[in-house]
Amino acid sequence: MCSASRILALIASAGLSLAALRAADLRICADPNNLPFSNQQQQGFDNQIAKLIAADLGKGVTYVWAPERGESFVRKTLLARRCDVLMGVPSAYRDALTSEPYYRSTYVFLWRRDRNLQIRSLNDPALHKLRIGVHVVSDDASNLPPAQALANRGLFRNMVPYSIYGDQSKPNPPATLIDAVAQGKLDLAIAWGPLAGFFAQREAAPLAMVPVSPQVDRPFLPFTFSLSIGVRPSDKNLLRSINRALEHHRNEIHKILESYGVPLLDADLRAGNRPSRY
Amino acid sequence: MKRDSVLLLAVVLVALVSLAGCSGMRGDPKLEAAGTQNVPGAQSDIHVVSPVSSGQWLTPEGDLAGTRFSTLDQINTGNVKNLHVVNEMTTGIPHGHEGGPLVVNSTMYVVTPYPNILIALDLSQPHGPVKWKFDPHADPRAVGVACCDVVNRGASYGDGKIVYTTLDDQTIAVDANSGKEVWRTKVGDPNLGETITSAPLIVKNHVYVGNAGGELGVRGKMVALDLGSGKEVWRAYNTGPDKDVLIGSDFKPFYKKDQGKDLGAATWPPDQWKLGGSTIWGWITYDPELNQIYYGTGNPGAWNPDLRPGDNKWSLSVIARDPDTGQAKWAYQFTPHDEWDYDEIMENIAVDMNWHGQPRKLLIHPARNGFVFVLDRQSGELLSAEIFEKSTNWASGYDLHTGLPHKVPEKATHQGKITENICPSSTGGKEFVPSSLSPRTGLLYIPAHNTCMNYQALQANYISGTPYLGASVKMFPGPGGFQGELVAWDVKNAKPAWSVKEEKFPVYSGVLSTAGDVVFYGTMDGWFKAVDARTGAPLWQYKTASGIIGNPMTFTGPDGKQYVAVYAGIGGWMGAVAFPSLSTDDPYAALGVVGAMKEIKNYSAPGGMLYVFGL
Repeated sequence: MCSASRILALIASAGLSLAALRAADLRICADPNNLPFSNQQQQGFDNQIAKLIAADLGKGVTYVWAPERGESFVRKTLLARRCDVLMGVPSAYRDALTSEPYYRSTYVFLWRRDRNLQIRSLNDPALHKLRIGVHVVSDDASNLPPAQALANRGLFRNMVPYSIYGDQSKPNPPATLIDAVAQGKLDLAIAWGPLAGFFAQREAAPLAMVPVSPQVDRPFLPFTFSLSIGVRPSDKNLLRSINRALEHHRNEIHKILESYGVPLLDADLRAGNRPSRY
Repeated sequence: MKRDSVLLLAVVLVALVSLAGCSGMRGDPKLEAAGTQNVPGAQSDIHVVSPVSSGQWLTPEGDLAGTRFSTLDQINTGNVKNLHVVNEMTTGIPHGHEGGPLVVNSTMYVVTPYPNILIALDLSQPHGPVKWKFDPHADPRAVGVACCDVVNRGASYGDGKIVYTTLDDQTIAVDANSGKEVWRTKVGDPNLGETITSAPLIVKNHVYVGNAGGELGVRGKMVALDLGSGKEVWRAYNTGPDKDVLIGSDFKPFYKKDQGKDLGAATWPPDQWKLGGSTIWGWITYDPELNQIYYGTGNPGAWNPDLRPGDNKWSLSVIARDPDTGQAKWAYQFTPHDEWDYDEIMENIAVDMNWHGQPRKLLIHPARNGFVFVLDRQSGELLSAEIFEKSTNWASGYDLHTGLPHKVPEKATHQGKITENICPSSTGGKEFVPSSLSPRTGLLYIPAHNTCMNYQALQANYISGTPYLGASVKMFPGPGGFQGELVAWDVKNAKPAWSVKEEKFPVYSGVLSTAGDVVFYGTMDGWFKAVDARTGAPLWQYKTASGIIGNPMTFTGPDGKQYVAVYAGIGGWMGAVAFPSLSTDDPYAALGVVGAMKEIKNYSAPGGMLYVFGL
């Protein structure tokens, strides 16, 4: 009798805490100034996708705004328990547990249409005659694939580096690279597809955009990546719920990404295909 | 009225005492009053070029020339075993406590890590109660920009003001008596990735400040401010054309490799110098004999060497400047074309000493890259470069005729290439923590690391929504069964005299030596230690509450007794592995240091403490 009531009480309290957990918002760490991914006005595609996922879990979204700076970002946010979820984590990322990919995109060549370029490949000899803008990272032993590919080909005199961090006092600092193409300061940019696709839509001059080929440059430099939602390595249950929610909303996610001009690979997600992880 | 005349009398008396303290050097009487150039027991051919600490401690290094030596000798090899805690205070901040206190008259000043509170402690009262605290209200957005913990390396005293810097790039002067702000000047912008973690140096009527943020593509620079008003007097960048670097007709580098026009731009691919790092987050020293300041510069950006063929000047260099005009006098690049993140922001100690029998004006730089450099500080000539941390293997030595290292080709790094067993690791044969030079022993006491690294296979990484595959760096203890070492370096003979090995962790604290022939340093597992300056024999140790990455100092209290003080509080780049938020599951985390530091959690938890020891 006593033990039965104790079990009942346990069940009740477990149910209550479960309910409390349900009701609590999904806490997401995100950059406050980084369209098309996220911003403080929640105008990014990751903001929209996060809302979909949270709603599927019966939760709202609470943002912890954290400008994303280098290697320590995940440690200072997710692993420091300031939030439970990160959007847009590479699917193969090691420091977080990553969901099934929710999109796969590619680095792209980007130029003003009136330049009449026909760049398809990193091996195009025309690259030797162009001013080519690329984003660079300072704080890693390696670098973003376009910068590395140009360096590997000795195209240093062609490369115009733009810090991916940029000036945080201005809106969407990585956009400077795409703006420079539109303004004619560069002949060509090689940029991550979501950035190029989104900002190209907003430029006055029409821009052409072509996926980088080869997809994997020698010796091993991939230009295509799948992106996932990241949680702490211990949050396996949360990850399962997120994976289920992603399955429920593949079509809507696809529409959102398309509306932001994101070049998508494995694009037939509506048929239920998942982007590959690597 | 009566009170005013008493005050006037006091001022006159203080002025007279200050003048009486002068030891015949030209320049600012306040500086002479701070120390002495008469070092009892100094070796006959060793002359300190600037008054060393002898009771007060007014600069981050105790003096302008960077010796971290004090003439105090009440605490000596015979009685140091009786040291005990006379005062302790927590800052309540669970971050790395680098740097150390100042003592001016009967007040001690400490700067905390971010939020960068300046605390004044009244040493004339029992247990040194807080006199005042100054909160600069530093911008919290700077926290997200800092590469490696939110540290601060201390303050400087001059003209009645305590001057220090905040993480969000402000330099602030606070009235030393009242704790009221006198001026503040913004010298950088966190929006561009800049932070400031270093201590400023005050020389005559100028304050010198360098920036940090080489990891985020900023441009390294030195800024001189007017001590009275905080107004900018000059600024010199470490990359770019000569006019930005303040290189003009005064510039006479010794070696061919450092001569030529606009090398700060020409030794880079076009435009790369604009994101070229080469910041100044370490120590600045001054030499009144030649009226020159010296400082070292950090790693070139981007970190990946494939992107920047060329020497990448003026990264990893020591630069000598005229402190009044900012004009460069000479420069020497220690490591052309960095492939290992060997920042050379370490201390440059100025001392006059016999070198091969001839009196020379020396500048001594124990380097991150594992070598001790001895230069002629007048000409910039390299007199010696010898390995102080045995495992060093990226270069086999230096050519004194060209000033160039003999790089070992197998230790070169490239993206996608696996390079194993590079020593030292990026954290260096020593880190930024300053060594100490005793004019009595002629030994340089170097807080050393025996840590190596592998550049390994690629892993998925991302920044601001943009994914890529990055090289991963893994660090690990070097050969020999120890990871830290206090190396007593015989400067004249360019070889180690003795060393004290620390098994578990690198020595990540500054060093203090005294006329009592005692050398003090701390360990990352929280031992504060005293050893014999001549033999290295252990004399005393005390277990502090957290790992020590601060710099010990010594002073005379208002009671006339000698004390020793040090910050404990684990953190910083390597020490951040002790933070609960940092998992030790991944040896590649924290830019690869976790591999070398995973045990630290078992030995030290974060939490800032100030300790004062007395007999």
